[in-house]
Amino acid sequence: MKTYLEVRNLSKRFGDFTALGDVSLDIAEGEFVCFLGPSGCGKTTLLRAIAGLDPQSSGTIRQKGRDVSALPPAQRDFGIVFQSYALFPNLTVTDNVGYGLVSRRQTRAEIVRRVGELLTMVGLPDAGPKYPAQLSGGQQQRVALARALATSPGLLLLDEPLSALDARVRVRLRHEIKALQRRLGVTTIMVTHDQEEALTMADRIVVMNQGAIEQVGGPQEVYRTPSTAFVADFVGAMNFLDGTLAAPDQVKVGTISFACLPQDGLPAGSKVRLCIRPEDVRVRELPADFLNRLTVEVGELDFVGSFCRATLRAGEIALVADFSSNLMRDLGVAAGKKLDVALPPDRVRVFAA
Amino acid sequence: MRLSRDDLLMRAGVALFAVLLLLMVGLPLWSLLVKGFEDRDGRFVGLANYISYFSTPALFNSALNSFQVAAVCTLLVVPIAFLYAYALTRAVLPLRWLFQGVALIPIFAPSLLPGLALIYLFGTQGFFKSWLGGGQIYGFEGIVIAQVFYCLPHAMMILVTALATADARLYEAADVLGASKVRVFFTVTLPGAKYGVISAALVVFTLVITDFGIAKVIGGNFNVLATDVYKQVIGQQNFSMGAVVGMVLLAPAALAFAVDRFVQRKQVALLTARAVPLVPRPKAGRDIFYTLFCTLVAAGILTILGMAVWGSLIQYWPYNLSLTWANYRFEAFDANGWDSYYNSLIMAAGAAVLGTTLTFTGAWLAEKTKGFYLLRDLVRLLAFLPMAVPGLVLGLGYIFFFNALNNPLNFLYATMAILVINTVAHFYTVGHLTATTALKQIDPEFEAVSASLKVPIWRTFGRVTVPICLPSILDVAIYMFVNAMTTVSSVIFLYAPDTKLASVAAVNIEEAGTTAAATALCVVIVVTSAAVKALHLLADRFLLGRLQAWRRR
Repeated sequence: MKTYLEVRNLSKRFGDFTALGDVSLDIAEGEFVCFLGPSGCGKTTLLRAIAGLDPQSSGTIRQKGRDVSALPPAQRDFGIVFQSYALFPNLTVTDNVGYGLVSRRQTRAEIVRRVGELLTMVGLPDAGPKYPAQLSGGQQQRVALARALATSPGLLLLDEPLSALDARVRVRLRHEIKALQRRLGVTTIMVTHDQEEALTMADRIVVMNQGAIEQVGGPQEVYRTPSTAFVADFVGAMNFLDGTLAAPDQVKVGTISFACLPQDGLPAGSKVRLCIRPEDVRVRELPADFLNRLTVEVGELDFVGSFCRATLRAGEIALVADFSSNLMRDLGVAAGKKLDVALPPDRVRVFAA
Repeated sequence: MRLSRDDLLMRAGVALFAVLLLLMVGLPLWSLLVKGFEDRDGRFVGLANYISYFSTPALFNSALNSFQVAAVCTLLVVPIAFLYAYALTRAVLPLRWLFQGVALIPIFAPSLLPGLALIYLFGTQGFFKSWLGGGQIYGFEGIVIAQVFYCLPHAMMILVTALATADARLYEAADVLGASKVRVFFTVTLPGAKYGVISAALVVFTLVITDFGIAKVIGGNFNVLATDVYKQVIGQQNFSMGAVVGMVLLAPAALAFAVDRFVQRKQVALLTARAVPLVPRPKAGRDIFYTLFCTLVAAGILTILGMAVWGSLIQYWPYNLSLTWANYRFEAFDANGWDSYYNSLIMAAGAAVLGTTLTFTGAWLAEKTKGFYLLRDLVRLLAFLPMAVPGLVLGLGYIFFFNALNNPLNFLYATMAILVINTVAHFYTVGHLTATTALKQIDPEFEAVSASLKVPIWRTFGRVTVPICLPSILDVAIYMFVNAMTTVSSVIFLYAPDTKLASVAAVNIEEAGTTAAATALCVVIVVTSAAVKALHLLADRFLLGRLQAWRRR
């Protein structure tokens, strides 16, 4: 696929503080990319540098082959939606959406037609004469989206667009924004700290931490095969067991040895962290020769609705595991009960500590 | 980073404002500073003027007098204003709006007015002169009483704001934990209003020490710094010594200002978005006490105002108490007659328009320009400076700066324009702060959005920023107008015969010994300012309500 946006060696410093350190990234045309990370990780800084709002200290940005690194925002090609939406409160929805069209020498009729089209597109065909204050949060969000798309920009930037909304509206809008993006084929970058949002919406996720990119990959890839302990911890829930690498495919945690896939990069004897997701802890269909078997005692049980998150203990080892309601019923899982579980070696990941 | 046309325009704007504020504030003050080190012929004499000032007991005593009066007034005004503000915010008062309104009246009066009213009440021929025993109102006591009247609304407004922002949850928590009323007051109420109290004290102190009108009218032989400046400059034409006294006057005002800024910086927002505003519930004992207290204070204010109005309508105090409009025929007392009043109206309108435009545009440029930190900080600093500078000092600086023969701006001297410019400069800070606050409350991303939509920034300024800030802009306009109507201190050095203002004419008429006509002129000023404020409130309620339909949900 054709590269639309090319970020090379981008750095941003505020005095002694490095907000972005030497970041490089390619984004393909029509792609939906999420910048995901905890607050202060540099994701918003990167987005604002791409927009030209807070220019980088060094590095280049090329958009559609054009070097835009030194251009002010007004000379770049993008539409943007902020967390606060930044809708002009004293203008009607129609005037807000048409705000960028007025200065393009279009006739009044053309503008009215285009605004109507955009409002229909975001599902608010009748909101035109209203003021922003008369709309709900979700509706304001759609108006902001329509305004950003009005001038048909090549790049759509979304800065935590859903975080001010309540949970239900948020989930609905995820799908709507994603569907709209796919329909228009506009290259889109969304900044978010919500991993679920990133996993459900993005074609590719850029996980960031302390001003650097930790991993770039599809949602499945980032979730299944995190490339660093940070990504493993930040995306989804994860168990961490500290141990040492006894052999390339053996990790010793306390007195217990666990089998894992062969680790090529790490020398034997190095300190490592062994990871497994709570839902990967296996309970059923455990033949006697299954590797990494463990007899545990069930501790606290947190009922989360569709499943239970159980704390399991075996000597010094503590794990959490997600058990479906079916499993709970079938095996009669209760606090204090002994249980045989296993950590399947192909689901175990090992990182240098 | 290449600069966009918007960026270039805004930087040019910031540079222009830096120059403008230097001319309006910075350079006049610099001229004043320099003047203090020169003799009458403009030769540099080092500290000679300062040495002679501090070794002249008559002059140095005025400084001590000023401090004494300011300290006593602060100790009197702050508690009264606190109780009054407490009553308005934390008790259930009948006719609350009326009590609030009455306490604000002194703001619309020139400071001469309470002085003149006290002369009617306690002067040599005063109604209640016998109450003073053998004493007389001219001097320390008179100044203090008049200053209390004059400073009360300023302190009260600050304290109402401080007390109004209370979280009801804190009081509920204290109640639940079984704290006594006294303990709640000292652990919740007072800490919450602490910064307001400090701020109010400093404002009162500065107002008293820098005020000219009251000491002029009722000071008698009790000299203070402000009257000394006037005497040195107008009476003895000793500009160098005037400059020295001006610098001495500047010191405490600047110090109080610096302390206030320091204290304010420590203040954090006590009222978070989650706070539940405190709404007082009726409680008979407390409400009766505060109603009585407020009635007493309001009665005092109304007595002084009423005395001024009545006095201005009386034929010949105290011998012929029949009513007449004769004192309002100003042409009989001052060569300018009613013209000085029309001059005041023109000047105040000019100051309102120019002051509002400058402060809002300047604040917007200082807030929204990207980069360019040095000049933006200079603009902010120069916008803050006037707050610390007494009007007399600024006015004196204007003489030295604009009247200098080698100054190309010399043509402004003795015109209406210089009065407008001086007044705008004098009251610049509050306008700048109001505009800055309003700008900080609107979404910081408007400019980013308009850049992404390729809309020039000035269009967003006109179409979005200004309409949203309209209520604050109107507030600044009214503030400028009212202050321009009532100010005496800085313009007293700058008027020409044909640009004399009503407030200055009142000083002149009083100096000539015609108390009744001077009072009448003050009453005209009060009525005008109050009427403009009333119009503003009506406009706010009805006109803005319609224009700003978008604020409604």
